[in-house]
Amino acid sequence: MSNKESLHRRRKLVSSLMTTITAACAVFAIAVLLIILSYIAVRGLSSISLQFLIDTPKPVGEGGGIGNAILGSVLMTLLACVIGLPIGIGAGVYLAEFGENLFGKTVRFLADTLIGVPSIIIGIFIYTLIVLPMGRQSGLAGGLALAIIMIPIVARTTEEMIRLVPNSMREGALALGAPQWRVTWNIVLPAASTGIATGAMLAIARISGETAPLLFTALNSRFYNYFYDQPMASLTVQIFNYATGPFDVEHRMAWAATLILITLILAINILVRFLTRKRF
Amino acid sequence: MAAMIFMMVWNSLPTIKTFGLNFLIGREWKPAESVFGALPFIYGTIVSSIIALIISVPLSLGIAIFLVEQAPKKIATPIAFMVELLAAIPSVVYGLWGIFVLAPFVRDYLGVFLEKYLGWLPLFQGRLTGIGMLTGGIILALMITPIITAVVRDILEVVPTQQREAALALGATKWETTQIVLGNAASGIAGAVILGLGRALGETMAVTMVIGNSPQISASLFEPAYTIASVLAANFAEATDELYLSALIEIGLVLFLVTFVVNAFAKLLVSRVGKRMHA
Repeated sequence: MSNKESLHRRRKLVSSLMTTITAACAVFAIAVLLIILSYIAVRGLSSISLQFLIDTPKPVGEGGGIGNAILGSVLMTLLACVIGLPIGIGAGVYLAEFGENLFGKTVRFLADTLIGVPSIIIGIFIYTLIVLPMGRQSGLAGGLALAIIMIPIVARTTEEMIRLVPNSMREGALALGAPQWRVTWNIVLPAASTGIATGAMLAIARISGETAPLLFTALNSRFYNYFYDQPMASLTVQIFNYATGPFDVEHRMAWAATLILITLILAINILVRFLTRKRF
Repeated sequence: MAAMIFMMVWNSLPTIKTFGLNFLIGREWKPAESVFGALPFIYGTIVSSIIALIISVPLSLGIAIFLVEQAPKKIATPIAFMVELLAAIPSVVYGLWGIFVLAPFVRDYLGVFLEKYLGWLPLFQGRLTGIGMLTGGIILALMITPIITAVVRDILEVVPTQQREAALALGATKWETTQIVLGNAASGIAGAVILGLGRALGETMAVTMVIGNSPQISASLFEPAYTIASVLAANFAEATDELYLSALIEIGLVLFLVTFVVNAFAKLLVSRVGKRMHA
């Protein structure tokens, strides 16, 4: 009897021990997040200023800022959206509404693997496709690289959101005599629009943090540059350069630039969270 | 996709012609003398990914089990969101944090600790600067943890509740029930781990910033190393002569094919579990 009891006690002990361990894992992950964010907040806030936000990089010791990098990031993200969103959303609609054949399955599989392809590989691809023929790095190449990263993400989230639209809505519209394209355009798309928008926002958050594909496509620039055919600065590449630079001033600027970037990305993520919770 | 493969093969033809298979097994990497062997990078990529998996797999499994099997929904939802936020932090930000916070920590505390207690292993000997393979592996682990966690969570959630109820009804404790659930989800979990591996292999910026970027093969984890992705990031912009550029594109091609296969395999494993549970 006592033997049975001790076994029982041991089993319970093991069980609660494992609960504690798994809880500790979760606490650890949250701690890492909070530690990273608080370092960024503390170090970033102490070196940020309005001047920093509008200035261009200057030789060490003369101040300088990230104004042109912010502009470059915005321009390239814009270009990526103009190219990537229509293609991505279009592909997503196709996959959800008409994609139950071999072609659809292949596209879906390729999109999934493309999401997993390291972004630096996309950079190399664009380099061979655009930079080598053009003979120089450019904002165009950077924006295209970001667009390629964006397309499969947008396509897959769009597809998932459209699948959430109940079939009865499609059937109702078809029964009223609407042609297929009208059902998709006027019924399904508006119903899924919030979901598609949040997917697009997440994709924007993702590409605004990308560095690797910009390193040798957009390169960098020390000046304000409004033209897509010239090398263009970006926030992320600027952070990389400042962080790996030898001087303490540069490191402070890296933290400050990171604060801007991370605020933007977290804001998008939290906003998306808020939007989707209200809906589902 | 096909265009990508074509362009990369086309542009790496010069090195494929010049070096053949020796490119992959050569240990020397001297761009100035036009000698290109990619083995140090392949080694660095594999070892840093292994370190990442060793740390990340138990951690992510723990988090996922806690979120799905143990925590009440009210706590699980915000925690899950915070873990997802870890995945939203850009690579370059991990790198920045790695250089200025993690690397000094490894140099002053973790490395010293490992040297003291495990110093008899060649793994933990050598010059301790904080910048090296170990730090790179740890940063990778932090970065792939949210990814593995998310996939494992999805998989645990599709395991039918009846299995848990049956086990509990037979008198199993919570942990014993979890073990049964884990057994049923095993191949999906393997898929999640491989997915994490795929991400670790191709992760670029953060690793470039903390791994030290030195093309050597060293038994010590304290020594600087190089990964495929980081050699691309660090050298591509300045590769001017044709052979050098072609060498870089070829290792890019290697990385691309490897991650492609790894990801496709992981997808297959994960989707099979989903199908079996729904059937």
